[in-house]
Amino acid sequence: MAEYKRPKTEAEFNKNFKQKKTLMNDTEAYYESSRCLFCYDAPCIQACPTHIDIPLFIKQIHTDNVTGSAKTIFDSNWLGNACGVVCPTGVLCEGACVYNHQDVPPIQIGRLQNYATNKVIDADKAIFKQGKANGKRIAVIGSGPAGIACACEARTLGYQVDIYEAKEKPSGLTVHGVAPYKITNEEVLNEIEYLQNQLGFNIKYNSEINSKQEIQQLEEKYDAIFLGVGLGKTATLQMEGEDKTGVVGAVEFIEDLRMKHHQVKVPAKVVVIGGGNTAMDAASESARMGARKTVLAYRNSKEKMGAYGFEYDLAISAGVDSLFNVTPIAITGNGKVDGVKFAKTEMVEGKLQTNMNNTFIVRCDLVIKATGQAKQGHLYELIENLDIDQKTRILTNEEFQTSNPKYFAGGDAINGGAEVVNAAYDGKMAAQGIHNWLNK
Amino acid sequence: MIDLSINFGGIKAPNPFWLASAPPTNSGYQIMKAFDAGWGGAVWKTLGVPVVNVSSRYGSVNYRNTRMMGFNNIELITDRPLADNLREIEEVKKYFPDHAVIASLMVESRAEWEQIIKDVENAGADGIELNFGCPHGMCERGMGSAVGQEPEVLKTIVSWVKEAANIPVITKLSPNISHITDPGLAAVQGGTDSISLINTIKSIVGIDLDSYAPYPIVDGKGSNGGYCGPAVKPIAMHMLKDLAQHPEIGKVPLSGIGGIETWRDVVEFILLGATSVQVCTAVMHYGFGIVREMESGLRQFMEEKNYNTIYDFAGKALPNVTEWKHLNLKHKVVAEINPDKCIGCDLCYISCDDGAHQAIAMSTDPTNRIPSIIEANCVGCNLCSLVCPVEDCITMVQRDDGSENVTWNERTLNDDIPVTFDDDRAGGKGHYVPTPEDALKHRK
Repeated sequence: MAEYKRPKTEAEFNKNFKQKKTLMNDTEAYYESSRCLFCYDAPCIQACPTHIDIPLFIKQIHTDNVTGSAKTIFDSNWLGNACGVVCPTGVLCEGACVYNHQDVPPIQIGRLQNYATNKVIDADKAIFKQGKANGKRIAVIGSGPAGIACACEARTLGYQVDIYEAKEKPSGLTVHGVAPYKITNEEVLNEIEYLQNQLGFNIKYNSEINSKQEIQQLEEKYDAIFLGVGLGKTATLQMEGEDKTGVVGAVEFIEDLRMKHHQVKVPAKVVVIGGGNTAMDAASESARMGARKTVLAYRNSKEKMGAYGFEYDLAISAGVDSLFNVTPIAITGNGKVDGVKFAKTEMVEGKLQTNMNNTFIVRCDLVIKATGQAKQGHLYELIENLDIDQKTRILTNEEFQTSNPKYFAGGDAINGGAEVVNAAYDGKMAAQGIHNWLNK
Repeated sequence: MIDLSINFGGIKAPNPFWLASAPPTNSGYQIMKAFDAGWGGAVWKTLGVPVVNVSSRYGSVNYRNTRMMGFNNIELITDRPLADNLREIEEVKKYFPDHAVIASLMVESRAEWEQIIKDVENAGADGIELNFGCPHGMCERGMGSAVGQEPEVLKTIVSWVKEAANIPVITKLSPNISHITDPGLAAVQGGTDSISLINTIKSIVGIDLDSYAPYPIVDGKGSNGGYCGPAVKPIAMHMLKDLAQHPEIGKVPLSGIGGIETWRDVVEFILLGATSVQVCTAVMHYGFGIVREMESGLRQFMEEKNYNTIYDFAGKALPNVTEWKHLNLKHKVVAEINPDKCIGCDLCYISCDDGAHQAIAMSTDPTNRIPSIIEANCVGCNLCSLVCPVEDCITMVQRDDGSENVTWNERTLNDDIPVTFDDDRAGGKGHYVPTPEDALKHRK
């Protein structure tokens, strides 16, 4: 049961991917901001990974000091605008709002945040100051939220910053990987441009760092290097038929969609494998792209899914069907995928077991694997003495410094895949870590 | 059977809800609409020699998302010819013979007073209200509050009016004085039949941050206005109480004015001795229809308390409004927090710690934010219960057994009060105060 018609134009695409968190108008912001209680040692601040002084910025909105409000936000989080819309606020700041204990709707913190940041970005209002040049240089690898945040913070401290970006657009997964109904490409890129205009960091596009020689050149040229490289391509399932046409990774699928919008052709029947937030996004997006039937398949129970409940609900509301306790054992089809063979699973003594005697095939034209991303291990091997853990995550200390003192790291590369807001925090703190280290 | 009708110093009305002399009573059209909506009386927009008004006349104080919590105006008395107003008074009385139509008047000379009194009596007005209150514009010309601030002048004019008038006279007082009883007594001595109060308070409601001019702005400049609306209610009630408790003034009927908007306001004014109430700002904000809420609430209150007329409870709060020195120093309340209702905003903690007596402790349990009362430090000031956003979460609980009653007055008579700067009888002697280190523990 697909609710969405296949989008044939940009307008139809935008209709199917209507923004979930719309921009507040002045009146709504005025009324909503009036509700904030200005809690002491507010739980929303504690729940925010970047510890934005939320009651303060809300009060500033209410007193028509929107510029000051935006400053409060950006002071803690360089991706303040993107985070206002893409953050899972329901489980972070808004989830911590004390109104929840009173069965009163929490303050719409994300939308208020977005209201303030949008005002200054739209007006291109200068609110940041570059630090006095200190003659030192920092290389940032990756222009995702961690890299951008690191670059911004470093610029306020007086460092020259060059960001090396493998792709042709900045902001990493914020533009390439977030579901289109959470934020538009334009909004993501506007914020980066706004930051870049004021803070003056350089971004070198199409500049993937992937050789020992390039690493050596960076080490010679820069005083410190920040690794904000995120994660890599979708990991393989090591499964029969995975190489067939019509089997794609969720990250690649979403990136394609974000870049090409309505020009992406999603076929009639889609199977999405996985139970995380990316799986929910991919399934929801398939449905919104006009797939007649989208099936979400997860190997464990609904309760065990890694995805937030609201993300699952969103997928279901888009018309997605779900299968639980099923694991794919083969992808069928003659060169081109025509189905996925699943086996039922069950919990036996606390362990998930596959019952190969109970199998079935779900017919489909497209299989989207949302089963995790590979790490950038090939890059890490080029860097001397860079310690990583068993899950190929870079190990850092409290200052976000790695075992190779010249290197700092943050974001998905150290946490294995989390929210934009976590990366934004890491990047900012890493710049301070670099500053502390270089000024020891 | 509830009967809301009143006889206010000789002026009869079907209920105590009157419109104050102000923009809503500028014309017969408005007053007829108001009577039709349920108002029992109206004091006509002040009549006199018609004025010329400025454009841009009202300013507002908004609080959070509440508009017009306070309101001011620089509009003068009527700018319409007297003949038009008189004709409309006649028309209104024709349609509404049982409703109270009171003519507010403001003129200068005795001859003018005598003439205009005759005119409004001929038009059928049920009473006269003397406007000795306007604190803007008219006072610059020796009228309005210029009279209200000079008790002797006020008394003289009241006596002129009483000599000339055959219908009851209400004297409306200005709050822009030190003691409301001074003009109040002068009005009674001049022979007034009743008193109404308060007129508006001299005010500047705001300054424009671009033009640096006060609101309302008239071509880049402004003037002080008359302040009214919900914000002035506490001031009005205090002045009403002062008059109602006065042995001479309290004998005449009092009409309460100042920030009245709901039935609760009405009941509070009546409990302090008012036997009619006058409303303006609430009507300017919401229209005449708000009287429905007032009447229904007043009736409900009277039904529940078993009152037949407003006279059954008029002034009932007056015996409980006393001087500070007669309050029981032995009465002791302390705050109690209901942990089941607490939502963990911790506003009580910070308000007590920063703004009161350091008698609330934060939770040390990271899984909840429910603060606790340090009873030894709690002076029972109420602050926490006032800031708490949850109804009935913080309550003030009595700790004394009620058996003792000692007042400051009694202690003074017994020579048992602190008299030196370091007297052992100081109320705060031995009160715990945190250390300087505690004050600066979060310093970076």
